[in-house]
Amino acid sequence: MVKNTIAESEANSTSPGQHKSLVKNLSFYYGGFNALKNIDMVLHEKQVTALIGPSGCGKSTFLRCFNRMHDLYPGNRYEGNIVLYPDNENILSPDIDPIEVRMRISMVFQKPNPFPKSIYENVAYGLRVRGIKQRAMLDEKVEDALRNAALWDEVKDRLNDLAFNLSGGQQQRLCIARALATDPEILLFDEPTSALDPIATASIEELIADLKNKVTILIVTHNMQQAARVSDYTAYMYLGQLIEFDMTDTIFIKPKNKQTEDYITGRFG
Amino acid sequence: MYSKNVKSTCRKKDRATSSLRYSYKRHLKEKIIELLLFLAAFFSVLITFSIVFMLIKESYIFFQHVSVWEFLTDTQWTPLFDNAHYGILPLVSGTVVSSAIALLVALPLGTTIAIYLSEFASYTVRETAKPFLELLGGIPTIVYGYFALLFVTPLLQMIFPKLPGFSLLSAGLVMGIMIIPYVSSMTEDAMRSVPMHLREGSYAMGATRFQTAIKVVMPAAFSGIAAAYILGISRAVGETMVVAIAAGMQPNLTWNPMEQAATITAYIVQVSLGDLPHGSIGYQTIFAAGLTLLLITLTFNILGHLLRKRYRETY
Repeated sequence: MVKNTIAESEANSTSPGQHKSLVKNLSFYYGGFNALKNIDMVLHEKQVTALIGPSGCGKSTFLRCFNRMHDLYPGNRYEGNIVLYPDNENILSPDIDPIEVRMRISMVFQKPNPFPKSIYENVAYGLRVRGIKQRAMLDEKVEDALRNAALWDEVKDRLNDLAFNLSGGQQQRLCIARALATDPEILLFDEPTSALDPIATASIEELIADLKNKVTILIVTHNMQQAARVSDYTAYMYLGQLIEFDMTDTIFIKPKNKQTEDYITGRFG
Repeated sequence: MYSKNVKSTCRKKDRATSSLRYSYKRHLKEKIIELLLFLAAFFSVLITFSIVFMLIKESYIFFQHVSVWEFLTDTQWTPLFDNAHYGILPLVSGTVVSSAIALLVALPLGTTIAIYLSEFASYTVRETAKPFLELLGGIPTIVYGYFALLFVTPLLQMIFPKLPGFSLLSAGLVMGIMIIPYVSSMTEDAMRSVPMHLREGSYAMGATRFQTAIKVVMPAAFSGIAAAYILGISRAVGETMVVAIAAGMQPNLTWNPMEQAATITAYIVQVSLGDLPHGSIGYQTIFAAGLTLLLITLTFNILGHLLRKRYRETY
C-alpha cells in the first residue's frame, strides 16, 4: 500500500526531479520501544516535504534520523536505510560518521536555541566548527546566510549584540541563518513555528518558500494548514507508521487512505 | 428528594460564607511562620555584621599604635620580636603565592574533570566517579597538611634537592588538590544545568563533543563556573591548616614558591595558639590580619557577584 503510493506519487509528479534521499524500510527503536516501523519514502530534490500526524506518531523521531541526532543518546537503534544522493550512501550505516552527516544536513529546532554568543558568532558557528578562520570568508558567509534568512536588514548594525536580545521570531530566523551558513544539502525543520506568534510564523513560512530553490527541505509540523501552505509533498504518519505519502495537493484534496482523510478533515487527532 | 436538596444547598451556603470570611487564626499562624523565617535570616546577617564589627573595632585599636601606611608598606612582619615591625606584605605575599599555586592546580584540573563528567562520561562512570571526588572534599584539612609535609615535600625534594622542609610550593600543590572537588562539582552542576536543546543545536551543526563543551556549554554556564572559581579562590585564600603545617610559620616577603613563608591564616593560628596577653599590641595584630583577609575574600565575592550579574544565564 505504502509502496504503491510512492510509485504513484512519482508517476503523478509533474516535474519528477531528482531524488535527494530515499528511505528504505526504516525502523527505529528507543531501547525496546519500536518508534518507527518499516518506513519507505523519498525526499525530492529542492522540494519541501512535510511530515504530519498526531503527537507521538514519530514525526520528530523520523526527522531526527536524517541527521543521526539519536546517536547522542544511549540505547537508540536504527534499522534499514536512508540513502543520500548523489553519494548513494546509506547515512545510517555504522561506518558513516554522524558528524559528517550533520555537516551536510542541517536542522532547525522547535524552540529557538541560539547559542550564548553574538549574532555574528551564532551564524559563524558551523563555519568555525569546520575550521574556517579567514575573516573575509566568514563575513561573506554570515552576511549571505542572514540575507537568506531575511534577517540581515534587522541585525546588520548590531552583529556583535548577544543573540538573546532578539525577539523569538528573529531568534528562529537566526537559527535558520545558522543552519544555512554551511550550505547544507537538506534542511530539517522540527516544528519551527510552534513557539512563535502568527506574524513570526508567516515570515518563517515565507522564508521556507524562498529557500526551496536552494535546498531540499523536510519539515515536521503540527499545523496542517502550514503543511498545505509550504510543502510540495506530505507524509501522514500514525503510530510510527507512514500511512500515506503523496503530493501535498493530493493528500489534502483526495487522500487515498481513510485514516489520512479523517485526520486532515479534523475528525481525528 | 426536595428536603435533601434544600439541606445540601444550605450546607454549601454555610461553607461558602465561612471560607470567605477573614480568618484571624490562619492569618496569625502565617504571621508567626513569617516571623520565624525572618529571624532565621536576620540571625545569619546579624552574625556576619557582628564579626565584621568585632574585626573593625579591634583593628582600630591596632591602628592607633601602628599607622595604616606602615602596615601596608613595611616589608617586615615581626610583631613578636623586640624590634617589632608591622608590615602585612610578607603575609600577603605568602597568601598570594600559595593560593596562586593552588589555583593553578585546582582550576584547570577541576574544570577538566567537570567537562569530562558533564559532557563525556556515561551515566555509570559519572555516578561512580562523583562519590570519590566528594570523598576527596571530605578529607579533614589537617590530613592534607600532613600529606603535604610528610609525602609531597619529600617527593618534591627528589626533584628539587634544594627545597626546604617547609615550602609554599608543597602547601600550594596540596591545597590545590584539596580544592579540586569544590571547583569540579560546582562547575559540573553549572554545565549540566545547560539545557539539552542548546547542545543539540551545536551537535546538529556538526560540532564534536569537545567543541560543543567548549564553545556552547561553557559559555552558557559561565556564571555558574565563575561562582565555582570564586569559591575556589576564597577557599585557597582562607585555607589555614595545610599552609600552617607545610609552608612554615616564618613571615617572609617572597614571590618564590620554593621558599618557606607564613600566610595570613597561618600567622593568626600561630598567635591564637600562643600565650600573648589579650590586649597587647602583638595580640591585636591578628585582628588587623583578619580584616585584611576578609577584605581580600570580600573583593573576590563582589567580583563574582558582578560577573554573575553581567553574564547571567538566559537560555
